[in-house]
Amino acid sequence: MNFLIGAFKPACNISITFSDGKTRKQVPVKKENGQTVMVPLFQSQENISGKISIEPFQGKKIEHNGVKVELLGQIVRELDVPGDIYERKTYPFEFSTVEMPYETYNGVNVRLRYVLKVTVSRSYGGSIVEYQDFMVRNYSPLPSINNSIKMEVGIEDCLHIEFEYNKSKYHLKDVIIGKIYFLLVRIKIKNMDLEIRRRESTGSGANTHVETETLAKFELMDGAPVRGESIPIRLFLSPYELTPTHRNINNKFSVKYYLNLVLVDEEDRRYFKQQEITIYRLQDS
Amino acid sequence: MIAVGVEDEEKWLTAGIAGLQQNAFYMHRALDSNNLRDALKYSAQMLSELRTSRLSPHKYYELYMRAFDELRKLEMFFKEETRRGCSIIDLYELVQHAGNILPRLYLLCTVGSVYIKSKEAPAKDVLKDLVEMCRGIQHPVRGLFLRSYLAQVSRDKLPDIGSEYEGDADTVVDAVEFVLQNFTEMNKLWVRMQHQGPAREKEKREKERSELRDLVGKNLHVLSQIEGIDLDMYKDTVLPRVLEQVVNCKDELAQYYLMDCIIQVFPDEYHLQTLDVLLGAFPQLQPTVDIKTVLSRLMERLSNYAASSADVLPEFLQVEAFSKLNTAIGKVIEAQPDMPILGVITLYSSLLTFTLHVHPDRLDYADQVLGACVTKLSGKGKLEDKKATKQIVALLSAPLEKYNDIVTALKLSNYPHIMEYLDSETNKVMASVIIQSIMKNKTHISTADRVEALFELLKGLIKDLDGTLDVEADEDDFKEEQNSVARLIQLLYNDDPEEMFKIICTVRKHILAGGPKRLPFTVPPLVFSSLKLVRQLQGQEENPFGEEESTTPKKIFQLLNQTVETLYNIPASELALRLYLQCAEAANDCDLEPVAYEFFTQAYILYEEEISDSRAQVTALHLIIGTLQRMHVFGVENRDTLTHKATGYSAKLLKKPDQCRAVYACSHIFWVDDQDNVKDGERVMPCLKRALRIANAAQQMSNAARGSMGPVSLFVEILNKYLYFYEKGIPQITVASIQSLIELITTEMQSDSSTADPAADAFFASTLRYIEFQKQKGGAIGEKYDPIKV
Repeated sequence: MNFLIGAFKPACNISITFSDGKTRKQVPVKKENGQTVMVPLFQSQENISGKISIEPFQGKKIEHNGVKVELLGQIVRELDVPGDIYERKTYPFEFSTVEMPYETYNGVNVRLRYVLKVTVSRSYGGSIVEYQDFMVRNYSPLPSINNSIKMEVGIEDCLHIEFEYNKSKYHLKDVIIGKIYFLLVRIKIKNMDLEIRRRESTGSGANTHVETETLAKFELMDGAPVRGESIPIRLFLSPYELTPTHRNINNKFSVKYYLNLVLVDEEDRRYFKQQEITIYRLQDS
Repeated sequence: MIAVGVEDEEKWLTAGIAGLQQNAFYMHRALDSNNLRDALKYSAQMLSELRTSRLSPHKYYELYMRAFDELRKLEMFFKEETRRGCSIIDLYELVQHAGNILPRLYLLCTVGSVYIKSKEAPAKDVLKDLVEMCRGIQHPVRGLFLRSYLAQVSRDKLPDIGSEYEGDADTVVDAVEFVLQNFTEMNKLWVRMQHQGPAREKEKREKERSELRDLVGKNLHVLSQIEGIDLDMYKDTVLPRVLEQVVNCKDELAQYYLMDCIIQVFPDEYHLQTLDVLLGAFPQLQPTVDIKTVLSRLMERLSNYAASSADVLPEFLQVEAFSKLNTAIGKVIEAQPDMPILGVITLYSSLLTFTLHVHPDRLDYADQVLGACVTKLSGKGKLEDKKATKQIVALLSAPLEKYNDIVTALKLSNYPHIMEYLDSETNKVMASVIIQSIMKNKTHISTADRVEALFELLKGLIKDLDGTLDVEADEDDFKEEQNSVARLIQLLYNDDPEEMFKIICTVRKHILAGGPKRLPFTVPPLVFSSLKLVRQLQGQEENPFGEEESTTPKKIFQLLNQTVETLYNIPASELALRLYLQCAEAANDCDLEPVAYEFFTQAYILYEEEISDSRAQVTALHLIIGTLQRMHVFGVENRDTLTHKATGYSAKLLKKPDQCRAVYACSHIFWVDDQDNVKDGERVMPCLKRALRIANAAQQMSNAARGSMGPVSLFVEILNKYLYFYEKGIPQITVASIQSLIELITTEMQSDSSTADPAADAFFASTLRYIEFQKQKGGAIGEKYDPIKV
């Protein structure tokens, strides 16, 4: 059997290393098979450079029509003219100041990936391909305008509340501060939750597909308040796996976040009000 | 809400404890291995057991206490974590990631406690944050317990004066603010409890609420322990804020409990200095609140405070405590028109106790209180409420106890007015209390005015009120009461005869209204009291000024005559007779012959007309004879008339032995040792002889009727009289007559038909022994007896 294994083995081992691979920040990413691997993290306008080594297996020769590295969807670099590789051969590469305006995103129906692809083209036996994922995160400055969300809602003669979230834009490690003020309570409320919901829409027009997930369910209040009560909100976002808001990325998809305030009465009827918030990634200072 | 059985509840509690213990076990494991993440996870799960709605407060408390113990361990762990380098600020955030609010807040309070201790942030900021965040629990029971937990973990970390948490940024104001806020929120939750759930379970809920009250009250207790609250702060901040909450919550249970709590936990000195504010709250309370109890306790405390030291008394005066309390009570009564009269009386009773303690010198205050009470009582008729009546008795007893002196109480003009509202039964009780007080303290009541006032108070005992006769009244009780009145009459005394006479007239006026049942008890002491005055006067010279209106024995005797007369119709003739005789004797001592004669006449009339019972006649007659014997004031003529009558009565007694005895007793009337003019042997003898004849006749009658001889004791008795007068030297009594009498007796005794009478035998033997004894004495007596042979 040994020879058979050998027969199906790729003819060479391709390794991609980044030039600052040892120091660059690694972040976990979940692969399609569910495993989590660590991948290096980049942001837009960074140089993506490194080395690609192709090492034929013992005693094998690789006849190729050229070697190239691509930053998928964007840039192709020819690394070698057609020829043979007899032993380990290393090609440096560099894509400088690459525009990567979109962040890596791993959603339910959509993934936005950044991949380095090395292709050793062969005329027979098929090309040898190696991929290296990396992640892109783009940071935003503090928004210059960040209004609070304040709203009075209610059901006539039944329930009137006024709620306030201190901002409309939150960064990923932010904390939502706010309060709910009860102006009129004629129903027997059992509890009140604040939910963070993510709405991912893919496709466009008639083919739009929307997927909504509740990422956080945070109890704000236990029991029935009376008129005049004001209930504080303090919700730390860090424990939740949020991403920045994505708006109409390449006309392909959007990811939006909502705060959903839910009141549940003793008959388990739910009264809710949903408000969009913007999530952004704040540069660690 | 589901109505639950006790069994179900027990089951749920067991399940809750089990769940709690299981998670506590995992939590301990995490703590032991310093696994913060797991510690948080399991502690949150453990605390989730407290989210139950199925337990009554009582059972919930059991669960809470177990969680509380576990949280202490967790707190230790958090403390160690920070020592190991974990930032307390991170920890403070970390626990807030918990999705369920109740576990989250318990954890937050626990970390918060460590946070304050770490001093990495001002205590006030942490406290403020905690107390604010706890608003998330609006469920009354769960909220109360959570906030109680907060109060518990924070109480030793308040930035009080002198506390290690005090700093530039942290002052006692913050500590007060924190506790006040927690108190306010807890009270709101507590009050809200009553509105939750079905109306039919209201009673059960009220009971449950009552069980929870100390959780709320604990905040006030914490406040009272804050050193930094000085009078100014208490006056300006603490009290107004607490009262605002109490008044605004409009809840009966809470208002009652919290007002009482305020009074009990804060120092008396503060109460005194903030009386305006504190009292101002009372009229604003719900009309159903039992204000009387609370206000009474306040006054009781202030009274005790006043009693604690004389130094504090000026404070009371300075703040005009009395008038403030008085006004407040008036307002409360106005604000609560439905307050039962019991409440009104209780309030005034407490105020009275207060003023008696604090202003013992201000009788006008006490009278003012009583007056106010009268005003409230007026128009309501007699009290029928038993408790209210009891309270009035307490009210009226208070001045007596305080002054130990009815005289002081008599100065209270409203005192008798209040008694008018008592039913007759209670009126009597109160009167007895007053008398007992007088007895116990030997109070000296020495003017007619006071006596007048006193008897006004004692009306209930002195006469029948409302014209109703309590037929059911216990005879013994009645006697007891009247005896006490009698004792009281004896106590009324003044050295000045004029005043004493007035007192007697006053007493007389009152007791004469007492009716036939009472007079036999009350007239004698009055008579003796009057006679005492007579004796006092008798030692004095005739009035040196000759003023007409002055008191003379004569005047008193006139009064006495009229007084005793009242006993005629009762009838209590025997008693009247005795009293006449007493008066006669007194008149005798005053050398007032006509008066004495008049009294005797009255006594005789009574004897003749009213006393028909033979035994009573015997007794009365002996009294008459005894008294008559001592009279020296009578001239011959009067004396003859009286003695003649007396001997006449004697012979007319029904039974022979009684006749015999009365007749020989009459012999003494004619021979009085210390009166030379009354030594009439001539008249002694007939009495004795007559007695002998009657004795003989008695003997024969007895013989005829029963076939046996009657007792010879009559003869022995007569023998004794013979010997007595013989010794006195009456010439008519001869040795021979004595000798024959002895023989007669001896013969009678030896006669076969005579029935043995050991008593008579002994009597006779003693008499003979006496003769022997006298013989052996020698001298004049011996000589006298020598001729008698026995």
